[in-house]
Amino acid sequence: MATDRRPPTGGVVPRRSDRSPWNWLLLVPIVVPLIVPLYNRVEPTLFGWPLFYWLQLAFVALGVLTTVLVYRATRRSPAEQAAARDAIARDTARKSAARDARRDGER
Amino acid sequence: MDGVNVVELSIVIVLFLVVTVMGFVAARWRRADDLMHLDEWGLGGRNFGTWITWFLLGGDLYTAYTFVAVPALMFGAGAAGFFAVPYTVVIYPLVFLVVIRLWSVSHVRGFVTPADFVRSRFDSPTMALLVALTGIVATMPYIALQLVGIEAILKAMGVEGELPLIVAFVILALYTYNSGLRAPALIAFVKDTLIYLTIIVAVIVIPVKLGGWDAIFGAAEEKFSAGTGAGVLLPATGQLGYATLALGSALALFLYPHSITGLLAASNRDVLKRNMSALPVYSLALGFIALLGFMAIAAGVTPIGEDGNTIVPVLFQEMFPSWFAGIAFAAIGIGALVPAAIMSIAAANLFTRNIYKEFLKRDATPRQEAQVAKVVSLVVKLGAVAAILFIDPQFSIDLQLIGGVIILQTLPSVALGLYTRWMHRGGLIAGWVAGMTAGLLMLYNTPRLGPDGTVVREHFGGSSFALSKLGLDAASSVYTGLLALAANLLVVVLVTLALRAAKVSDGVDGTADTDYTAEREDPTFRELPDPLESAPPGGERPARR
Repeated sequence: MATDRRPPTGGVVPRRSDRSPWNWLLLVPIVVPLIVPLYNRVEPTLFGWPLFYWLQLAFVALGVLTTVLVYRATRRSPAEQAAARDAIARDTARKSAARDARRDGER
Repeated sequence: MDGVNVVELSIVIVLFLVVTVMGFVAARWRRADDLMHLDEWGLGGRNFGTWITWFLLGGDLYTAYTFVAVPALMFGAGAAGFFAVPYTVVIYPLVFLVVIRLWSVSHVRGFVTPADFVRSRFDSPTMALLVALTGIVATMPYIALQLVGIEAILKAMGVEGELPLIVAFVILALYTYNSGLRAPALIAFVKDTLIYLTIIVAVIVIPVKLGGWDAIFGAAEEKFSAGTGAGVLLPATGQLGYATLALGSALALFLYPHSITGLLAASNRDVLKRNMSALPVYSLALGFIALLGFMAIAAGVTPIGEDGNTIVPVLFQEMFPSWFAGIAFAAIGIGALVPAAIMSIAAANLFTRNIYKEFLKRDATPRQEAQVAKVVSLVVKLGAVAAILFIDPQFSIDLQLIGGVIILQTLPSVALGLYTRWMHRGGLIAGWVAGMTAGLLMLYNTPRLGPDGTVVREHFGGSSFALSKLGLDAASSVYTGLLALAANLLVVVLVTLALRAAKVSDGVDGTADTDYTAEREDPTFRELPDPLESAPPGGERPARR
């Protein structure tokens, strides 16, 4: 396991953090759907659906909205996102080249 | 073959052949990727983009068994079956920040399984072995249950015998062997297209035929109001059980090895974050699928034999023309193949990396490992078929019930471990033993009650544990998995404090703080090997060309 004790390649590792006050928003769609007394009722109905059913389905939208909001608010800069895309493209090209070389070698 | 619906069967067979061809082509594409431009799709070497990850994880997490069993539960138990909706709403914000840490550390250190992470983080091959064994034991019955989904549609079509089931799974085994994770990723497209098509049509057509949603909920209200029932709502004593089951299931889902296999295939952290927002679309679909159970009540559907899982196929037959019922059945059948493939890959990885390489053959070459992983993925699936055919399917259902409870016992090491190393490896092992013991004892002591309150089965009757049995003066019950997890965590804390006081060594952390926030473009990032062609962390990696 000796190789595992240090980063596998050289270079400077940037210090990053996932911390953000926006993350606290994620608690809302975790806590609200678990408060059963909030929705264990029939009235008001919606299109014939008891509250129990339509409100819980509406919580899906709550979850989507919150995660989208947190994602957008904590999104990385366009330059960083471009760097990630470039890294994917670079590795993909490298792998294709390696496969081509391997295939040529097999012939 | 009397009573076989020829139209339905033909459509199912044709669609099944289509995905079989796709499953094998998935491997060819990889070999000739420069011609097919597959890399442009982002489908090469665990570099799955947002869309493919969405299909893959959706196909992986929302299984055929879910689609059959959740409406069956609504049909039999009413509102309690709707827990699947809060469960799949809560899960994504819950793991939003956790999965990206797991992705980062895995890609920096080359972890392919959750047990790889535990081994390195806590310097404990023993805890890693326990995580691997728990994962395998929890996953095996889950694979077997996918067959229950296929069985339900076969029964509905009037197909007798076990041969079709065997053929379906042998083909699945062969193309997973051949194509690895690419096969289910590709098939997931077909599966989800068919599933969404079926649901949209069902939600529009069936209520019209049954006289509207009022009539559907009315029929359910009538059925569940009999005696002291609470109608379409939860009884006061059922609310705590409902919320804890939703929370516990949510905590458990991303601990399953197959979920982690799907997660790690994503190409970067942003792909995962976007998916935490996009995957709830499946939850919405699941909500509508659950209500198929109430539609079946309103339509007066009677299950085939004693098998409650057949109510959805029978409902489709009564409501749809044969050709569309065939499409819907194919959706369920193909829906069984995607998760079964990913689960068997995940189980094979756990065995190869954390049991075979660690304990049986330390000097295995990468080639030997890949071979073992492939063979194990075959054995796992054949084992699943055997379990369904030769053992009572009820055994698999019991095991899957246990599976959710026991996989939760890996939460302290796998999930909390991503945030802190405070727990001592000895404490984690002791906690795991305590959680497993408590969980199994509680499940063993849970009888199943019939509708009239009499005991139908003595043991393993369900996963909610009555608080009154713990000496509490309450009529409510709580999800067994959460109670066992509480016991687990308590022991982890106590034993950790004791070992720290005794100054027992807690090993060396194989990870660094910066690993957990690493991004795709960082110099520390490394590509993970393909799931079935993997070398363990710290082992020799093929030289870069």
